[in-house]
Amino acid sequence: MTEFFHMGGYAFFVWTSYAVVAVLFTYQFLSSRSQHKKLIRQLGAEVEHKIRRSNKS
Amino acid sequence: MTPKRKQRLLLIGLLLTAVSGAVALALTALNQNINLFYSPSQIAAGEAPDNTTFRLGGMVVEGSVKRSDTDLSIAFDLTDTAKVVTVRYTGILPDLFREGQGIVTTGSIQNGEFIAQQVLAKHDENYMPPEVSAALKQANADNYSTEQTAQ
Amino acid sequence: MTTESLNSSSRGKKWLWFHRFGSPAWVYGFASRWAMPIGVVALLLFVVGLYQGLVVAPPDYQMGDSYRIIFIHVPSAWLSMFSYFVMAVSAGIGLVWHIKVSDLVARSVAPLGAMFTFCALVTGSLWGKPTWGTYWVWDARLTSELVLLFLFIGYIALSNAIEDRRTASRASAVLALVGLINLPIIHFSVEWWNTLHQGATVTKLGRPSIDTRMLIPLLIMFFAFNFYFLSAMLYRLRCELLSQERRTQWVREIVND
Repeated sequence: MTEFFHMGGYAFFVWTSYAVVAVLFTYQFLSSRSQHKKLIRQLGAEVEHKIRRSNKS
Repeated sequence: MTPKRKQRLLLIGLLLTAVSGAVALALTALNQNINLFYSPSQIAAGEAPDNTTFRLGGMVVEGSVKRSDTDLSIAFDLTDTAKVVTVRYTGILPDLFREGQGIVTTGSIQNGEFIAQQVLAKHDENYMPPEVSAALKQANADNYSTEQTAQ
Repeated sequence: MTTESLNSSSRGKKWLWFHRFGSPAWVYGFASRWAMPIGVVALLLFVVGLYQGLVVAPPDYQMGDSYRIIFIHVPSAWLSMFSYFVMAVSAGIGLVWHIKVSDLVARSVAPLGAMFTFCALVTGSLWGKPTWGTYWVWDARLTSELVLLFLFIGYIALSNAIEDRRTASRASAVLALVGLINLPIIHFSVEWWNTLHQGATVTKLGRPSIDTRMLIPLLIMFFAFNFYFLSAMLYRLRCELLSQERRTQWVREIVND
């Protein structure tokens, strides 16, 4: 197991590059999903606002 | 397709052709500057610049590496299979540096020898496990010895 | 009815499926249906590919374990170029035929492409240090890949800098199309000039010069990256469609559900 993490002495280079890719890919994926949720909420509020205004007048 | 779309498509086509042409011309003009390194043959032909730093690339000649016992200095021959240049260097070498390896080195010509400030190893496009490499070397050696006995 | 719609309907049903891709509402539904399953496939491929690449594959005879970076470096580099191609072509289609969805595909691919290019540069540099002896060198391959990153950033900046939607997508489409010339330069740079970067391994004519046990994880990771790209693109496209079409009826219906 230690041998696996040691990567034949190249641990820094191998694990840093894998970490950079993993972090970026995960962040990108999660952020676009949360952006979608936010948009739905935001647009829903806008539509409701309009309906209420048209009901008043 | 409407004439307007056709026109737009044509315009894009012309744009792409013009840009490709311009870039092709620019790259041809800059050809030597884009090359990362000079070869030993180019040095022999006098194409490399004098008295300035430039990069030299080639293969380390088998059996030419001479290491100093006291410090990190090293001398070896570099070839492109046609001409040979002797390189002197003091410092840490990359892991891939070995005889037969392609390398690129930065430095300048002094008294017919290349005095290097930096040595970089060039990797080839082959990937294999150690045992396969050993088997390949063995096979080559076998071929060589059978050729020898045949002669 | 315009002559054009007459033409397309008289051409028969063959074109109907294709025209659906021009409808934002249909594409939104398509993306919602497929983004998740494709993402799951990508995740499974990542798990298998990482296990194969980091545990099963043997070390290289020269580079030892540092070569394992190729399992993420090569797919990143491939996708950096592929996503540029997708971006430029769909921006070009948007420019000629004024298809809104096509513009939005280009917009949602651009940040992904920039990310892949960045990954290719970083992993390449982290691989270069132990093998070549340097993090960076201005050879033709590395420089042209860096130019690709700037093209992506330029595209994103330009399409966001112009207020008017149509002008923005037109201007950035021209930039994307002009930048296409960089793709063959990146690919052939290692053949046209002396570079520190090695030549192609897998796409080399004839047999790839890589051991099978190393090629298998590379191919698995390659597919994992492509599925990830597809899924991520669909997720981004959904956001782009919603915010672009916010005043339309179909968006209101979705939002109210």
